[in-house]
Amino acid sequence: MKKEKKMTLTLPVEEYAGSGNLACQGCGAGLAMRYFLKAMGPRTVLCIPACCWAVIDGPYPHSSLSVPIYHCAFEAAASTATGVKAGLEMVGDDKTTVVAWAGDGGTFDIGLQALSGAAERNDDILYVCYDNEAYMNTGIQRSSATPYGAWTTTTPVKFFKNQPKKDINAIMAAHRIPYQATASISYPEDLFKKAKKAKGVKGTRFLHIYAPCPTGWKSRPEDAVKLGRMVIQNCIFPLYEIEYGEKYTLNIKVKDKKPINDYLKLQGRFRHLKPDDIQIMQEEVDRNWARLLKKCEAS
Amino acid sequence: MKKVMMGNHALSYGAMLSRAQVIAAYPITPQTQVVELLSEMCADKTLNAKFIKVESEHSAMAACIGASITGARTFTATSAQGLALMHELLHWASGGRLPVVMGNINRSMAPGWSIWTDQNDSLSERDTGWMQFYCASNQEVLDTVIQAFKVSETLAIPSMVILDAFTLSHTYEVVDIPDKAKVDEYLPPFKPPYRLTPDDPHAFNGLTSPEHYFELRYKLQKDMEKVPALIEETGREYEKLFGRYLGLVDDYLCDDAEIILVTSGTAGYTARVAVDELRGSGVKAGNLRMKVFRPFPFEVVQRILKRAKKVAVVDRNISYGHHGIFAQEVKSALYGQAGDIPVFGFIAGLGGRDITPASFREVVDYTLSHDIPEDNILWIGVKK
Repeated sequence: MKKEKKMTLTLPVEEYAGSGNLACQGCGAGLAMRYFLKAMGPRTVLCIPACCWAVIDGPYPHSSLSVPIYHCAFEAAASTATGVKAGLEMVGDDKTTVVAWAGDGGTFDIGLQALSGAAERNDDILYVCYDNEAYMNTGIQRSSATPYGAWTTTTPVKFFKNQPKKDINAIMAAHRIPYQATASISYPEDLFKKAKKAKGVKGTRFLHIYAPCPTGWKSRPEDAVKLGRMVIQNCIFPLYEIEYGEKYTLNIKVKDKKPINDYLKLQGRFRHLKPDDIQIMQEEVDRNWARLLKKCEAS
Repeated sequence: MKKVMMGNHALSYGAMLSRAQVIAAYPITPQTQVVELLSEMCADKTLNAKFIKVESEHSAMAACIGASITGARTFTATSAQGLALMHELLHWASGGRLPVVMGNINRSMAPGWSIWTDQNDSLSERDTGWMQFYCASNQEVLDTVIQAFKVSETLAIPSMVILDAFTLSHTYEVVDIPDKAKVDEYLPPFKPPYRLTPDDPHAFNGLTSPEHYFELRYKLQKDMEKVPALIEETGREYEKLFGRYLGLVDDYLCDDAEIILVTSGTAGYTARVAVDELRGSGVKAGNLRMKVFRPFPFEVVQRILKRAKKVAVVDRNISYGHHGIFAQEVKSALYGQAGDIPVFGFIAGLGGRDITPASFREVVDYTLSHDIPEDNILWIGVKK
């Protein structure tokens, strides 16, 4: 007799992110929070600086999340979280996971000093950067997380971004923090597993989540998950983990690496690029991928 | 127990006796001894607190804010450039109604680099919604930290306890260290009505529309207005336990004074030398030392100054394009009061230049020899 196939849920059914939030259609940041909190559970507090999520959650006196949030200064997510952790321990709560939840601007740019400080001290916080590759909440201005070639409102097509994306993961690895990982909203089980793992580690943990932004990328909302998948398969944003800055683990070993063209075509922010520009981008992706493979092999 | 200690250590002892639970600080001259002693106290368990050695003053205040919202008592200390770097966070603390207490050592702002005292650092933070206490002795520094926690936590408003660089921060005086158990009696543990905890989840500081924001600021002001009475009340309570009253101002021979010198910080004690000399030569002089600057203690300032014929305010600070800042505020307090008392505004001692009894003699000579001031700013000791 043929064995009946049963569908199994790969993520917990419990929801901590409610409907009625203010995310745009197809918002990757919304999915990132939803999956992340499923791994965190209710004993979690979030420190959220200025970023899309400062708005997505809902205006005072509403909140669409069922875990507590402290909205903090733009450049202070990590240092606020450090204070929250110390405070909670002093008032007798050493169980709660303290999370700093920031966008790419609040992480790569204005919040980098506070993040580096916390990481060097190995403060017991989980820092999550959901990366939509520009200042989206203020209206699509370039950040140091914006990739080469991209249009933003401060990098008009004639002067598109001429520098590669900052390698935040290498910066964090240089701090020798116990655990860090990349994740994508299109691989929820992988994201869940890494969040769960990060929760169980003591010290500074860093998750870098790829979060497509249809509004800022000029892509179709229904393509958000597709983009989050393509970016893994073309190796622009590989999925990997680093422990103590040294032990690299590649989570998805891409065998048939796709060219980046199809990915770029789905996004209006890359529409102006000429074949030569795309060639520059492809070469950078190839270099980064080769470097990562080397690091993984060496671990 | 009595102990000879520097002003900076008086801040540390104040925080220790108040049982601060989280301290986050970054070093800056002339504040360093405050946090050096506190880190020792944390290490040898004299104080059960977490000491976070942050990478900037900005992160120091952010960490204090994070700790305070969980319901932990928090303390930090800084000076000048450090305080300026915290500026944005000062609004986060007061707007978020978090009773952080901070020591600030009055140091002149760069450029040029200066480590010596004036008040432009703290007075630049006048409108951030923090209480400001200007101290004149190490005893007052220690006592005021304890009182500041009590007032701050009662009204959910942060406090700055301020002392002059070197003339107080590094000057050694005999300080009576209050009994720890009695301090506990005076200052019960911090138990805020709302705090950040998964046991009672809330979203704090979210996007606040014009429909709600205005009222939040109204409430902050209304609570600020309650501060003067609360300082007097808690000051009397402190006197009962420790024998020292902690009030809004410290007035010296003002009852029958015809000329009153208004000062703040350590310059107040120097003014008293001049007052004594004047009294010796038959001039009825007095000194009003402003201790609390924010909120401005209108009532007591009006009550005392109203009796004088002339008021001379000595500012160790300046609002460029306006006057000395205490002079402005004293004038505003006297506006509409009967008598139209002339207020002479002097600026002295910027960048740590000494304010001596001779400086006050100059102030007094000018004030006595003029019916009204010839200028809005009368400069003392400047090489023009």
